[in-house]
Amino acid sequence: MHEPIPVYVHLRRAKDLMDREYARELDVPALAREAHASRAHFVRSFKKAFGETPHQYLLQRRIERAKEFLRSTGLSVTEVSIEVGFRSLGSFSAAFRALVGESPSDYARRWRAAGAPPIPACFTLMHTRPHRALFEKQGTDQQA
Amino acid sequence: MITALSHTTIWVLDQDEALEFYTQKLGFEVNTDATMDDFRWLTVSPPERPDYELVLLVPGAPMMDEQSAEQVKALVAKGALGAGAFETEHCQKTYDELSSRGVTFLSEPTERFYGIEATFRDNSGNWFSMTQRTAANDGN
Repeated sequence: MHEPIPVYVHLRRAKDLMDREYARELDVPALAREAHASRAHFVRSFKKAFGETPHQYLLQRRIERAKEFLRSTGLSVTEVSIEVGFRSLGSFSAAFRALVGESPSDYARRWRAAGAPPIPACFTLMHTRPHRALFEKQGTDQQA
Repeated sequence: MITALSHTTIWVLDQDEALEFYTQKLGFEVNTDATMDDFRWLTVSPPERPDYELVLLVPGAPMMDEQSAEQVKALVAKGALGAGAFETEHCQKTYDELSSRGVTFLSEPTERFYGIEATFRDNSGNWFSMTQRTAANDGN
C-alpha cells in the first residue's frame, strides 16, 4: 500500500529541509515537525517512502556536500567537516571512508588533480549522494 | 528573469542504448559524456543547438529508492511519459528520414492549428512531438 499523496508532500518537506540545512543540528523531532508527523510515524513513513531512514539520508547528504567542497574548493578536510555539520573530524573521516571508499584527503587529492568534472552542481546534488546500497555493503547502517 | 530552458532530463532504460538511439537514429550530437564516481553525466543536443541539452539518465539511486525507480522505469517502458516537443524545419522530410532509420512513429505528419506535427517514441518508450510550426506560431 502506498501512502496518500499529502503524506509524501510532508515527508518531502523534511527531506528538502535536510538538503537545504544539512549543516544544522537536525534531529528527528525537528524533522518530524516539518513533516507534520509524530516521531515514530515519521521515521517509519520516511523509510517506507524513500527506502532509507532520515538519519541515513542526512548523513549521505552531508557526505555528498563534503565531496562537492573537497572537489571544488581549497578548504581543508577539517574545514569541510565543520562546513557540512560534523562535530568531530574523526566521525567525519570514518563516515566518509565508509560511504565513499577512500579518505577525504585522498578524494580531494584525486579530484583536485584531475579537475572537477563538467557536471552541473544541481545534478551532482541530486545524483551523487552515496546511497543506501553502499551503506549496506559497508555495514554502516544506522537507525535515526 | 528566466530566459530559457537549457537542460531537460529524459529518463531512459539504458544509457548506452539511448545514446545510440539519440545519435544514430535522431542525429543528435553528444554534448558531454563524463563520469564521476558511479554517476554518468550524458547529454545530447540537436545539431546546431548545443545550448539545449537532453540529459539521458536511468532512474535509480540515489535520486530514487529502488521501488520508485522501478515504477518510473515501468512508466517509461509502458509509454506513459511524454518528454516534450521538438521542432523541425520540414516535418514530412524529417519524418521520412527518421522512419527510414527505424524510429517508431505514433502518428504521421498532420496539419494542426499550430503547424504540421508527427509524434514518435524514443527507444525507451518516451513520446515526443515533432512539429513544423506555422509562421503565426513560430514563437517569435
